[in-house]
Amino acid sequence: MKQYLLSIYQPTGDMPDPGFLAGVMRDVEQLNQELRAAGAWIFAGGLHAPESATVLRADGDDVLTTDGPFAEGKEHLGGFTIISADDLDSALDWGRRLAKATTLPVEVRPFQDESGNRTG
Amino acid sequence: MMTEPSTADIERIFREEYGRAVSVLVRVFGDLDLAEEAVQDAFAAALRAWPESGLPPSPAGWLITTARNRTIDRLRRESSREARHAQAALLYSWDEPAEEGPVRDERLRLLFTCCHPALAMTARVALTLRLLGGLTTAEIARAFLVPEPTMAQRIVRAKAKIRDAGIPYRVPHEADLPERLAGVLAVVYLIYNEGHTASEGDVLAREDLCLEAVRLARLLAELMPDEPETLGLLALLLLSESRRGARTGPNGELVLLAEQDRSRWDRALVAEGQALVRQCLRRNRPGPYQIQAAINAVHSDAPSAAATDWRQIMRLYDQLLAIVPTPVVALNRAVAVAEVEGPGAALALVDDLKLHRYHLFHAIRADLLRRLGRTGEAARAYETAVDRTANEAERALLRRRLAELG
Repeated sequence: MKQYLLSIYQPTGDMPDPGFLAGVMRDVEQLNQELRAAGAWIFAGGLHAPESATVLRADGDDVLTTDGPFAEGKEHLGGFTIISADDLDSALDWGRRLAKATTLPVEVRPFQDESGNRTG
Repeated sequence: MMTEPSTADIERIFREEYGRAVSVLVRVFGDLDLAEEAVQDAFAAALRAWPESGLPPSPAGWLITTARNRTIDRLRRESSREARHAQAALLYSWDEPAEEGPVRDERLRLLFTCCHPALAMTARVALTLRLLGGLTTAEIARAFLVPEPTMAQRIVRAKAKIRDAGIPYRVPHEADLPERLAGVLAVVYLIYNEGHTASEGDVLAREDLCLEAVRLARLLAELMPDEPETLGLLALLLLSESRRGARTGPNGELVLLAEQDRSRWDRALVAEGQALVRQCLRRNRPGPYQIQAAINAVHSDAPSAAATDWRQIMRLYDQLLAIVPTPVVALNRAVAVAEVEGPGAALALVDDLKLHRYHLFHAIRADLLRRLGRTGEAARAYETAVDRTANEAERALLRRRLAELG
């Protein structure tokens, strides 16, 4: 089993209307239920807006603290789901469903193996 | 009869059996690099052994068994390295590799891996040529006019993604098969087209691409004979390939279909392609490759350009346009319309298309304008077409047409 990060990218700026958002939340929750039932669910969560972020940078012995997201962009990470799957095809199937549920682009990215093996 | 094979014989066999051997060893070791190393190693052993012992009864079986055994030995010796691959190989229930059935399936698996939609198209093409076609990185780089280190890097990255992202070695499930198969066919078609009308590049390297694409199409038709589109693609490539010799004049200039010396068409390839067209159309599950093959078959039937059944071709384009409603298909259909309904009707269709960046749009438009006697407009269209292609043979042909306008 491999683990995959499914990142949801949303446009920065105005939030969609609450009715639409409620529908999305319902669909995402439904998908999370199915992930749990399939034994594929590891974690899922939505994030507050990028302005709520704080960035820490090590600088010698000090750590500098700055307000705001690491990078300003037209899109930002809006939330993510971590799943376990047999292979990329299976992860992409879940990713497709997440993209449909959220109506947003989803990036599917493999975690390094649990053994820490990076290059196999 | 046992004859001593030359180095060239061994190299040819190696190239032919490379995909088969790599696909089986990927299954054994679960790792592409290891599989390729193993096959290279077995090839070196073959170069030493075969000139003395003669060819083994099944060269592929010999290469696969040798590659597997030598690699397992090596992995045991270097137990620190890749111990888990050795384990995997030892656990693998070993089928006799010389058996045809399961081995063929391995190649199909590898083909679907190489053509996975999570890989960029350029990576799919390079991997397919490298792993299934047995082309060297240098050969692929030359064919695509890319520096060798760039191509090497592309292949390394693609292999790393297969490994790290967990792209499976598997024929897709029934539900995904039509879409995934279309992806595999598209890679083979692209390889052929790159060889056929390469925008630039070395002539010999491009011929290699055509031959390799035909080989891959044959393999697919053999492995998936129940999929009519695989037969359709093979038929399309064979019919196109049958005209390759006639497409070039004595000075290397491009000769279009209408002006080709039809006696130079390869009749054996025509016959094989036409038989395949009939065979797949009987299934009554038409698809884009089958229809394009059928269009080519109509051309192949005609003893002269004037005797071409353009009505039949137009009907086939109607069918193709219904399945693939793209401007390029509409443009090709307009060429048939010009023959059936006249250049005026065709020009009206062409002028509606948004293909202004495509050189053939301007070339076809120029030709229609010329036939309508609108010489000035035709000249401007030919000039635009020349500006939009980098292929010297095409440019020369367009300039010739322009000069003929007077």
